[in-house]
This record gives sequence, C-alpha cells and structure tokens, in this order.
Amino acid sequence: MVAEHTQEALTPAKYIAHHLGFNVQNVGDAGGFWRINIDTLFTSIFLGFLVIGLIWWVARKAQAGVPSKTQAFVEIIFEFVDEQAKSMFHGDRHAFIAPAALTVFLWVLAMNMMSFLPVDYVANVVELIAGHEAHWRPVPTSDINTTFALALSVWILMIFFSIKVKGFGGLIHEIFYSPFGGPKFFKPKSVLGFIGLIVSPLLLLANFMFNMIEYISKPLSHSLRLFGNLYAGEVIFLLLGMLAGSSILGMVGAALLGAAWSVFHLLVVPLQAFIFMMMTVVYLSMAHESH
Amino acid sequence: MDIHLTLVAQAIAFAILIWVTVQYVWPPLLGAIETRQKTIADGLAAAHEGKSALEVASKKSEVTLNEAKQKATEIIGQAEKRASQIVEDAKGAAKVEGDRIITGAKAEIDQEVNRAKEGLRAQVSVLAIAGAEKILRKEIDGKAHSDMLSKLAAEL
Repeated sequence: MVAEHTQEALTPAKYIAHHLGFNVQNVGDAGGFWRINIDTLFTSIFLGFLVIGLIWWVARKAQAGVPSKTQAFVEIIFEFVDEQAKSMFHGDRHAFIAPAALTVFLWVLAMNMMSFLPVDYVANVVELIAGHEAHWRPVPTSDINTTFALALSVWILMIFFSIKVKGFGGLIHEIFYSPFGGPKFFKPKSVLGFIGLIVSPLLLLANFMFNMIEYISKPLSHSLRLFGNLYAGEVIFLLLGMLAGSSILGMVGAALLGAAWSVFHLLVVPLQAFIFMMMTVVYLSMAHESH
Repeated sequence: MDIHLTLVAQAIAFAILIWVTVQYVWPPLLGAIETRQKTIADGLAAAHEGKSALEVASKKSEVTLNEAKQKATEIIGQAEKRASQIVEDAKGAAKVEGDRIITGAKAEIDQEVNRAKEGLRAQVSVLAIAGAEKILRKEIDGKAHSDMLSKLAAEL
C-alpha cells in the first residue's frame, strides 16, 4: 500500500480516506444526485449476475432423479431459504416471497464476501488496471446506496403487497386503526363517558404516528444494520492495515488482530446476509397480514 | 451518507435479479425437489403396502397350512377307522363262511353216515337172514321169521 504513491508522504488519514473513497462518476454535469459509484455498481451487478447466473445454470438442468453434487448443493441453499420462508409466511410463498428471499440472501452474501478480499490488494489491482491512482471500494454492501436500494425496494414491495392484499382503503384503515383501535362512541352521560368521547378520536392520531414511525424505521433499520456491520468491518481492517504499516511490532500485532477480526468477520458476513433475508421475509409477510 | 443515482441503479439491478429468480431459478428447482419428494413418498408407500401384503399373505399361508394339517389328520383318522372296519367285516365274513362250510361238512357227514347205515342195514338183514336160514333151516318158517327180522332191523 505504501508503494502505490511514493511521490507523496502517506499519512494515516490519507490512507483511510483513500480506501473509503468511492469511484464516483458524474452523470451529465448536474452533480448532486446525478452521480454514480462505478465500483459499487460494477461489483454488485457482476456478483448478482454471477451468483444468480450460477444457480440458474444449475436450476436449468435440475432433475428430479438422483441429483448431481452441484445440484444437491444448490438444493441445500434452496431448502434453507424455503424453510425460513415457510416458517414466516403462510401463503403461496413460491410465487414471490421465497425466490425473492433467495435472491436477497445470495446477492447480499456474495457482496458481503467481498470484504474477505485484502483491501490493499484490491486497490493495487485496480490501480494497475487504471494506470493511475483510483478509488475503489470492493464491498458494495458497505455503500449506503446499496443497502438503501435493497431496503427501499423491499419497502416498496411491502406497500405493494399491503395494497394488493387489503386494498388501498384497507391499508389506510390499518394506518389509522391499528394497533390501538379506533374511537368508540360513548354516551356522554357520565363524566368518564364525556372524557372518552373527547379522547378516543385522538387514538386515530396515535395510530397514525405509531405506524408512520414503523414505516420509517423499517427501511432504516433494515439498511443501516447491514451497512453498519460491513462498514465497521472494513474500517477495522483499514485501521489494522495502518497499524501494520507503522512498525515491525505493529505488523505482528496487526497480523494477530487481523486474524482474530477475520474469524469474527467470517461469522458476521453470512449472519448479516441471513438477517437481511429474514427481515425481508418478515416485512413482506407482515404486509400480507391484516390487523 | 452520500445518496445518489447509485441507489436507483442498484434497485433496478435488484428488481432484475428478483425477476430472474422468480421466473427462471425457483420453479425448476422447486419442480425437481417436489417431484423427487413425491417419488420418494410413493416408494415408501409402496414398500409399506408390500410389507402389509406380505404380512397378510404369511398369515393366510399359516391358516391354510393349519387347515391342511387338520384335514390330513382327519383323513388319516378316517382311513384308520375304515381299515379297522374292513378288518372287522372280513372277520365277520370269514366266520360266516367258516360256519357255512362246517354246516355243509356236517350235513355231508350225516348223509354219509345215513348212507352207510342204510347199506349196513340192508347187509345186516340179509346176513342175519342168511345166518338164521342156515341155523334154523328146518324148523322155522322162513317167511314169518324174515318179517320179524326186517322189523328188528328197521329198529336199528
């Protein structure tokens, strides 16, 4: 990492900033929103079509008889995802939810696994290809754009299924009438009944607020959990890389700590992919249930 | 926290990937697995059926075997009974036949005896008369005495 740019003195801040910088490309000259992270897009789309393509390739030739080892492996993943969908969703899961969960799981897992690549090697290869110093973030899920894109897509699907199952009126009713119920028409004979008459319409407001918070927090917690875990993992690897560059002793320490963190990261990567998939299934099943 | 067009692009990629999975990946895998599950379930059911059929057959064969044994015993018993009856019958017939033969023999013997008696009777009277004629030639009326002796001979 040091050899990359010998012309300038490499400070820790620059090292980290370099590795945390995206390969940003402007679309047109508007700037602002009209920008694209080439690294995130390239890696994620490549990985997405790689993993989905691979299982498509196996699924295309899937046979009902004795399966090949490759097919058996794909079927293990299939069964794993299908079991989760089955336990969460009580409808025709094969129509959409289970395959969507499979896509989410495999894609997010593949993107998360990019964090197993040593950060500096990736940077070296990219700069070798580009021929000059270039930013390149190898882990698409440590880009907030990716996790938000996934979470918002799920959020839109959630609203779509809500309307599909309950109708638009049903969704609006649910927003105003659950979880606390609607106003009750007390007879204003007693003082208590009079208070009830005034207070109970406020339930509508409370329900609305409650549901709005839920609707906003769902995509946020969904996306930020994945982003936070992967981003933190990446930053820690960068800090360890920096420690390794400081001295011989630092290198030994960084190797040991790096090994420990890598083992931990081996758990985090599939776990976060699994959690992301589970939350997708849960949100989509909740949309199918009416209160 | 820099959100821009990447998000839209990622969402589109996500939508395409989901579509591909829903359309082309999930159904063939599901079909293969469900067909195999059905095949296995059918096989297990068939095995179960075969097992119960075997049980029924062995029970049936046992019953048949027992019946056959019982029948055989019956037949042997009947045969023994019949054999002893035949022996009894034969014994009876032989006894009857023997009796008949004995009776016949006895009758023949009686006849023979009678015939011999007749012969003797005839000869005795002739001899007696001849003897008496020789002894009493002169003094006895031959005819009156012959009658007397015939009467005597008839009393024998």
